[in-house]
Amino acid sequence: MEFIMQPWPWYVSGPLIALVMFFLIFSGRNFGMSGNLRIMCAALGGDKACDFFRFDWKAQRWNLVFALGAILGGFVAAEFLSTDTSVAITESTIEKLAQYGFTDGGAAYLPEQLFSIDSLSNPYTLLLLAIGGFLVGFGSRYAGGCTSGHAISGLSDLQLPSLIAVIGFFIGGLFMVHILFPILF
Amino acid sequence: MKTLKYLITGIVFGIIMFKSEAASWFRIFEMFQFNSFHMYGIIGSALATGVIGIQLIKRLKLKSFSGEEIIIPPKAKGWKNYLFGGILFGLGWGLAGACPGPIFTLIGAGFLPLILVLAFAVLGTFVYGILRPKLPH
Repeated sequence: MEFIMQPWPWYVSGPLIALVMFFLIFSGRNFGMSGNLRIMCAALGGDKACDFFRFDWKAQRWNLVFALGAILGGFVAAEFLSTDTSVAITESTIEKLAQYGFTDGGAAYLPEQLFSIDSLSNPYTLLLLAIGGFLVGFGSRYAGGCTSGHAISGLSDLQLPSLIAVIGFFIGGLFMVHILFPILF
Repeated sequence: MKTLKYLITGIVFGIIMFKSEAASWFRIFEMFQFNSFHMYGIIGSALATGVIGIQLIKRLKLKSFSGEEIIIPPKAKGWKNYLFGGILFGLGWGLAGACPGPIFTLIGAGFLPLILVLAFAVLGTFVYGILRPKLPH
C-alpha cells in the first residue's frame, strides 16, 4: 500500500498506460482522448454548424464514459491514493521556474500562479489558460490526435504520420517553454 | 455492463495519469527543459510495451475479446496537418501543461481552472472544424 501512495515511477506508469491501450484495442476500440473533444462538439450541436461534426457520435459514447472515468480516477488518486502530492522535480527545474516567478516548484502538483482558485480572478491568467486550452483543442484535432492517439497509439504501431505529429508536439512545446515563457512570465 | 467496463478502464487511466505525475504542469515543463528522465521514461516504456504488443497482435493474428479480427486503422498519409497541428498542440501542451487526458483527470482531482482549459479545448476543436476546409492538410 505504501508503494501505491507514493508517486509512481515511470517504469510502472508507462507499461500500465500501454495496458490501458491494449485493453481498448482488444475491446475493438482505439485509445484517443482528444476524440472526446470532437464528440463533445457534435453532442453540443456542432453538427448544425459544419460537416466535420456530422458523424454518429453516439457510437463513440464509450469514449465519453472513458473520459468520465478519467475524471473519477483523478478524484480517487488525489483523495485516497496520495499522502503528499508535491511533485519532486529536479533542483535545476525549480531554479528555472523561480526565474519566471513560479515559487512553488517541488512543493505542489500544479503551480498556484496558474491553477489556484484565486488565479481565476486574474484576467491575464485566464487568458493564458484559455489560449493553452484552445491550442490543445485546435492543434490535436488538426493533427488528428494528441499524446494518446499519436505518441502512444500511433507510434506503437510505427506509423510515420504519428512520428511527424510527435515531432510537431516537441517543436511547439520547446518553443513555448524556451522562447515564449520569458516573454509571457 | 459495457459502459461499466469503459468507466473502470477510464478510472484506472485517470489514476495512472495522476500518480505518474504525467498530469503535473511541473513535469511537462521539466520535460521540455530536458531536466529529468521521468516523462521520457513514461512515454518510452509505454511505447516499448506498445510496440511489442502491437507486433504480437499482428504476427499472432490475435482476436479481440469478442473474437473479431483486430484492425488498427492506419493514419491518413500526408505531413502538413500532422506537423502544423502538432506544433499548435505542442504550444498549448507547454503552456497549459496538460494534454486532453490529464485535463479530465485534473478536473477530478479538484483543480477547477482546468474546466476553463477544457471549455477552450472544445472551442478550439470547434473552430478547427469550421476552418478545416481552408487549412493545408
